[in-house]
Amino acid sequence: MAALTREETQNLIQEVLAVYPEKARKDRAKHLMINDPSLETAKKCITSNRKSLPGVMTIRGCAYAGSRGVCWGPIKDMIHISHGPVGCGIYSTMGRRHYSNGTTGADIFTNINVTSDFQEKDIVFGGDKKLKTIIDELETLFPLAKGYSVQSECPIGLIGDDIESVSKVKSAEIGKTIVPVRCEGFRGVSQSLGHHIANDTIRDWVLPTREGKDDGFVKTPYDVNILADYNIGGDIWPSRMLLEEIGLRVIAQVPGDGTLMEMEKSIHAKLNLLHCYRSMNYVSRHMEEKYGIPWMEYNLFGPTKIEASLRAIAERFDDRIKDGVERVLAKYKPQWQAVVDKYRPRLEGKTVMLYVGGLRPRHIIGAYEDLGMVVVGTGYEFAHNDDYDRTVKEMGDATLIYDDVTAFELDEFVKKLKPDLIGSGIKEKYQFQKMGFPFRQMHSWDYSGPYHGYDGFAIFARDMDMTLNNPCWGEMKAPWLRPAAPPESQAA
Amino acid sequence: MPSVMVRRNDEGKLLFYVAKKDLEEVITKVEVDTAEEWGGEVTLSDGERFYIEPIRPPPAFPTTLRFRRGD
Repeated sequence: MAALTREETQNLIQEVLAVYPEKARKDRAKHLMINDPSLETAKKCITSNRKSLPGVMTIRGCAYAGSRGVCWGPIKDMIHISHGPVGCGIYSTMGRRHYSNGTTGADIFTNINVTSDFQEKDIVFGGDKKLKTIIDELETLFPLAKGYSVQSECPIGLIGDDIESVSKVKSAEIGKTIVPVRCEGFRGVSQSLGHHIANDTIRDWVLPTREGKDDGFVKTPYDVNILADYNIGGDIWPSRMLLEEIGLRVIAQVPGDGTLMEMEKSIHAKLNLLHCYRSMNYVSRHMEEKYGIPWMEYNLFGPTKIEASLRAIAERFDDRIKDGVERVLAKYKPQWQAVVDKYRPRLEGKTVMLYVGGLRPRHIIGAYEDLGMVVVGTGYEFAHNDDYDRTVKEMGDATLIYDDVTAFELDEFVKKLKPDLIGSGIKEKYQFQKMGFPFRQMHSWDYSGPYHGYDGFAIFARDMDMTLNNPCWGEMKAPWLRPAAPPESQAA
Repeated sequence: MPSVMVRRNDEGKLLFYVAKKDLEEVITKVEVDTAEEWGGEVTLSDGERFYIEPIRPPPAFPTTLRFRRGD
């Protein structure tokens, strides 16, 4: 469908909101905006990071999901204890596809769900004793684990258990890092606060361990950290290969495929490279203030953004890295050009609507544009103002931007805008597929990936083509609803 | 009395960041900004004003400071 004008988009928003009661309409109107790339700040146009409206369907997660699932989950050599009732843990365990290298039970523990399985008696008498027992049991079961994190579920905060004191006592006893995380699900309006809480615990419990000590670490001027790349479908590996190829030394991957020791060592870096701004900017800011490590955002989705990002990274270093970047860009040009030549004719001019978490709605636009596709609508589940400030520059004029969009609104926008492809999560997938829209999960890469770097771009292009040009979308109508075909001659 | 992280952006301008308020704005004006002292009333790009007792010697940025809401 052709791009809408500003007025048409405004009418669309009005039309969709018309069914709400007045109060709800007023509230939701603040969360929808029509993009204007010339804006400096989105603050006046869109409200974000507010409590979801009761009575409508949101797909946000909770603070526990943000901490256990996102920020701490991928740290592979620690055991993350889901402290509380049994249910929460499973939703955050490898449902997120944060890959890690190693052998489960020996050096990686990311795909084990450890929970304290709270019962009524633990709520009544407190669960501190149980936590101690669990840590003892884990020490027996998995003696090679490098540390533990205690991820609180809702009841822990409600009954006031002192997980900090248990952690301190047990940590002294067994000589390992134990991080208590106060990420009870009821905190905040979305998983975003969970990221913040997790960042604060990294700041308080992990980073100071090597501060001011001589740990024999040999620094080089090219040391960098990859922050906030979660290794979804293996994303961090092509990213790391690219960065190493331009001559940098990656000393820590936090948290994707990362380890506790890497996090501790990360204070020795020269530069923090921040992929997901939303989830780990807090710890980057802290490291800048305390350890003097500057940070910068970068984007490795699609050749255009890779080129811009690598050049921007090289600006922070000497000529060796600058030459490295030019060499790498020249080396991979034929590779990505071949991908573009193959898929662009098949995807040119197709429209996409996105609704993802806190970073991808803007980061991935470049990759679609490299394939000749147009993003007509984008939105975040849990972004804050600063994310929208960055988004308005990426999106085209008069495109639709939605914050914490409700299931109803997204349905209606899709029906009206009729995009050729929708990129969102598992909760939307089947709904839109049943409506006949090609759909890709952009949280988990629909069980594909990686999508970062040049290698990832080839997979990304293939996946988009595979979904969009799949012949099944022409078969969406039930046979009895099709226009009657001329009757075939019936054999007697 | 928000706790504010003041840091420099890529262009070297001072940024005023309050994590809890989701506020990140460029500081357009500082009342006292000399070699000996830094502080007083600061004005942000969106017009908001905050106040801090002038600090001497001027702090090294980035740093976290407690500001008062200006009148």
